Amino acid sequence: MSTELMIAILASTAAAATPLVYAALGELVTERAGVLNLGLEGMMLVGAIVGFAGAVTTGNLMLGFIAGITGGMAMALIFAVLTISLQTNQVATGLALTLFGLGLSAFIGRAYIGVSLDGLKPLAIPLVSDIPLLGPLLATFDLLIYGSFVLLAAVYWFLTRTRPGLMLRAVGEAPAAAHAIGRSVLGVRYLAVLFGGAMSGLGGAYLALAITPMWVEGMTAGRGWIALALVVFATWKPMRVLLGAYLFGGVTILQFHSQALGIKVPAEFLSMLPYLATIICWC
Amino acid sequence: MLRLEPRPEPSRQMMFASPLMAAVLMLVSGYVIFSIMGQPPLYAFYIFFIDPLTSLYGIGEWLLKATPLILCGIGLAIGFRARVWNIGADGQLTIGAIAGGGVALYFQGVNAFWLLPLVLLAGVAGGMAWAAVPAFLRTRFNTSEILVSLMLVYVSYLLLRYLVNGPWRDPFGFNFPQSAMFHEAAMLPLLFDGLRTNAAFILALLLVVLAWFFCQKMTAGFRMQVSGEAPAAAAYAGFSDKRNVWLALLISGGSAGLAGVAEVAGPLGQLQPAVSSGYGFAAIIVAFVGRLHPLGVLLASLLMSLLYLGGEAAQLELGLPSAITGLFQGLLLFYLLAADLFIHFRLKKVQPPAAEAPATSSTTSPSEAV
Repeated sequence: MSTELMIAILASTAAAATPLVYAALGELVTERAGVLNLGLEGMMLVGAIVGFAGAVTTGNLMLGFIAGITGGMAMALIFAVLTISLQTNQVATGLALTLFGLGLSAFIGRAYIGVSLDGLKPLAIPLVSDIPLLGPLLATFDLLIYGSFVLLAAVYWFLTRTRPGLMLRAVGEAPAAAHAIGRSVLGVRYLAVLFGGAMSGLGGAYLALAITPMWVEGMTAGRGWIALALVVFATWKPMRVLLGAYLFGGVTILQFHSQALGIKVPAEFLSMLPYLATIICWC
Repeated sequence: MLRLEPRPEPSRQMMFASPLMAAVLMLVSGYVIFSIMGQPPLYAFYIFFIDPLTSLYGIGEWLLKATPLILCGIGLAIGFRARVWNIGADGQLTIGAIAGGGVALYFQGVNAFWLLPLVLLAGVAGGMAWAAVPAFLRTRFNTSEILVSLMLVYVSYLLLRYLVNGPWRDPFGFNFPQSAMFHEAAMLPLLFDGLRTNAAFILALLLVVLAWFFCQKMTAGFRMQVSGEAPAAAAYAGFSDKRNVWLALLISGGSAGLAGVAEVAGPLGQLQPAVSSGYGFAAIIVAFVGRLHPLGVLLASLLMSLLYLGGEAAQLELGLPSAITGLFQGLLLFYLLAADLFIHFRLKKVQPPAAEAPATSSTTSPSEAV
């Protein structure tokens, strides 16, 4: 295999993995606080279209990403009000959030079909491409790929090294005890769900602003569910989320390089791999 | 000050009132959405909810679109009663269409009375086989059926796309990704001249009656309900959890498979790259709005089918995006979940309490109400 092909494969693996990293890390924090939000797919879709619309309207990609985060948070807020304040069933509400997100994003997105914009460019860090071995690969990374590493470190540090992180875990594992020492269980859960929404929204926006970059109805194609599976696959540990996401990213992009790699299997079957891998991981 | 307080026992009135409240709230939101989009809301309502039913043809379409929703919704409702969350009905529907369609294509040109029953049975079997995967993984490895059934939806879409693009593509179809049209003997007979409603609607009504009988009169149905509502009691009574999971998934998979084959042996008449218009997902809403009761599912399917028709009409007449259907569907489910709160709680006027009562909500798991 040539070096260029190898770099192309690794670079697209990183790009495919990044939305999963964001969404899964967000969901990890949510679940650590004791809430299961099955609505990732819906939040990602809304993040994708709101982010795309934001970027097209303002002409600024960064504002687009912020819009995507806001869209995801707005969806998460609906979920939080229903499940935390109104005590609705988490499974049913999460499903409702996904269905609602599908409908809402398609509804908003009608005006943006066929609109294109310049996607996120690789971050030009001076001298980075001169690093031996890794240099050419790192030169293809954009701001949000680097951002996902920072987020990983931040989530790890927050959960294991800070008092609020400890509090969040206490709320998830022993809500009665956390309540007894005077912490607001509901408040912590609200924040955790909102953070999950923000990260899903950002992951969705990354799909629409960096990977494709355009809006297609239902463009997340199950990535929200894959991210959800990743959290379980990673046994709620941030580091393993990254590992899992890159594994899935690799499987996802296999289809695009199958010809170059000499794999003679219909594209549809290669596209099935991430979904099948998710099932196998979950077992 | 108003406060929520738990009712001593769940309110039956609210059980039935909450879907109506949800529907009304959905209409109110619709009013707001139409206004925002610059449509006169009352006229938009007329186009959306009444105009589709003003012609005989429209009523035929209404029943036609309700059919897959009834079929999928009934099966899902039976599973949800046992708290088995099969959300992959759309995949089971697709596989049902593939299996039934495969039989129809295999016997292309055979003009025999047994062909249609065989096609339908193949569809049911296909749906069941697809649902057997999550059932097996759940009972063997305790894998979440939610995730597995949903992942298999995407796999089924890809399988169908592969088949209509490759081996099953119509050789005389000008390279369109679709199969040959089925022979008439493999097609469901139409019920009325000039309408597209077919015999599947009768099958769906039969299934409603069967499901009612199963849930209300049969021990197996009772067992499933007990396992869902009171798992500890069910375990104490020695009801097998595995049996329930298998039953729930096979029933919901089989009926979704029937819905799929009824689409291809009905209005479509061939396999196409996408045979479902999200019926399997809309059926989740149908099951909840129908209170997991067969008759409720029938009514909810008719409402949901009207949303589909209304969305199409709104697109044609008002130039509104048809995605508005999905928006209404999602809103309906949200409002239902929120309104269901009042089954178990009621609003009560209280004096501001001197000492804050411990928040029970923080420690309990999500409410059992669905």
